[in-house]
Amino acid sequence: MTPMATGRETAQREHRAALVPLPRPDDETIAGHRLSDVDEWGRSEHIRSLARKVYAPLYKHWFRVEWEGLEKIPKTGGALLVANHAGAIPSDAPVIMHGIEEELGRPVYGLADYFFREAPWIGTMWARAGGVPAHPDNARRILRDQGDLVLVFPEGTKGPSKTYTDRYRLRRFGRGGFIEIAMRAGVPVIPIAVVGAEESMPILFRVPRLAKVLGVPYFPVTANMLAFGPLGLGLYFPAKFKLRVLDPVTFNVPPAQERYSKSRVMEEAETIRMHLQETLYEMLRERRSVWFG
Amino acid sequence: MGRRVLITGLDSFWGGRMAQALESDPEVEMILGMGTREPSVSLERTEFVRADQTYSILSRIVRATQVDTIVHTFLVTDSTRASGRALHEINVIGTMNLLAAAGQTGSPVRQVVVKSSTLVYGSASTDPAWFREEMSRTSPARTRVERSLLEVEGLVRDFAEDNPATVVTVLRFANVLGTDIVTPISANLSRSLCPSVAGYDPLLQFVEEDDVVRCLEHVTRHRVPGLYNVAGAGKLPWSEVAEMCGTRLLPFPPVATLSAASPMVRLGLVDFPPELGGLLRYGRGVDTSRLAKTGFTCRYTSAGTVENFIRALRLRRSVGKPPASYTYEQDIEQFFRHSSAVVHVAGDT
Repeated sequence: MTPMATGRETAQREHRAALVPLPRPDDETIAGHRLSDVDEWGRSEHIRSLARKVYAPLYKHWFRVEWEGLEKIPKTGGALLVANHAGAIPSDAPVIMHGIEEELGRPVYGLADYFFREAPWIGTMWARAGGVPAHPDNARRILRDQGDLVLVFPEGTKGPSKTYTDRYRLRRFGRGGFIEIAMRAGVPVIPIAVVGAEESMPILFRVPRLAKVLGVPYFPVTANMLAFGPLGLGLYFPAKFKLRVLDPVTFNVPPAQERYSKSRVMEEAETIRMHLQETLYEMLRERRSVWFG
Repeated sequence: MGRRVLITGLDSFWGGRMAQALESDPEVEMILGMGTREPSVSLERTEFVRADQTYSILSRIVRATQVDTIVHTFLVTDSTRASGRALHEINVIGTMNLLAAAGQTGSPVRQVVVKSSTLVYGSASTDPAWFREEMSRTSPARTRVERSLLEVEGLVRDFAEDNPATVVTVLRFANVLGTDIVTPISANLSRSLCPSVAGYDPLLQFVEEDDVVRCLEHVTRHRVPGLYNVAGAGKLPWSEVAEMCGTRLLPFPPVATLSAASPMVRLGLVDFPPELGGLLRYGRGVDTSRLAKTGFTCRYTSAGTVENFIRALRLRRSVGKPPASYTYEQDIEQFFRHSSAVVHVAGDT
């Protein structure tokens, strides 16, 4: 309360003041006591660590994840991680988030479609476990103001919805929005090539009509469903995961601009896409077995 | 010469509070309050004028009293308070008349302060986590109260454009909780069962009622022009708010939520106005950095606001409702203000 307000207001509320004898200084901030650790993005470190505990055996023994070039991810400051996206229920996002959080001890916020936020229960759990709706302003705040790592899949749902015949062929990188996000936040883009996600839950074909009825972006029929029956909805094949972190890409542009040259943005996006695609082919050339790497 | 301030909705919660706050400001020479009913708070020197909701006599009052500042607190932001028609009359037609009065030729009005709400941003899955003032809502406004507030802000924007010499301030307040105010959210949190939407646990932001008055005072006193979000720092999940308040969540189905809730609403067991439907799904957050640049930050964070609310609620539960401290008596008020028998001692207000 400002000094000018106090006189009348205290007199007016004497009955209350008498019963709550806790006069507080005028300029003191009253922060209150929180009961949970849910942050402004809906993420809870408590739930995140629980999720990591549950996911660890899958990460270690099922997918047997191997990283290459993890040291290229900075220890401090924001960076935008971009990766190829695959598998009917993409297994790459939890693998990347788990791996970096375990190895580097840094939180990773995963950007995803608004669809997640709309889905009851799933949306809440997704947010508590570090998912954030992919609004450019959200990404800017986490990268620039908070200085944390953000993971994004520029292919969007076009990546995981592609069928097995298109495996490891990168889709269009949206409209290059991720480049603009990184430019605006003044952070590097760090591409990550993921091998293994495609084979962990390959899509045989899609049923667009069912997707429309259910209100989901796509409805896949996966090899897992044929192999395991209803269990196949959530059970992955034990494909060997290999991840390679590429060199960070920086853009020599001033941050926090209203707009960036669209041609420059598209060019940078295409360069990263090409580089990621070549790396994927290179990794596949080196791979002897889908299951053992 | 001191400032001459006109407050709308003197009989409403915010009008009364604002008048009380301005009375202790020596720079304010005259305070005039308009309302449809008598004020429910004790006022030392505020003059009260009874007017209909739409303020059709306002231009005459403005001319006659030569007020230089209008504080428009009388906007309904809670659809349980007024029916559709009344809501439109009060918000849209009331504001229109008010701005017409303030913008008449030779108008003495130099500042207009409007108390709006963050309801204008709506609540949708495609929303950013934090709305800045220049961002517009991402989904069309479906509830009456949101539509009317958007219309009001449109009128105010036009007014500001047409009257560049007048300072126009619009404050968008987040959901208010406090010691005295009653809103659908505070009513829900006061009961043992509190509605939620199954499967959703939105992040909400609150502002304390004292901070609302402090902010209105701040922009009026310093003649701060512009559009500002006002809210406590931070956000917290609805489940946590309920837990802090010691109430249990009663989840309604995610589809046909409002119709599922309507029997209980009719019985008065829960409050579930349509504007809560989106909020209890997707929550809302507003960025207050623009306001901070003018030198104002809320004393209470969102969590602090909830805590302060529950402390007041516990007290009320223990000792019952505080007795009405004041009843307006026209004759007595007139006597104190205008009788030559009353000795006005300087500084004794």
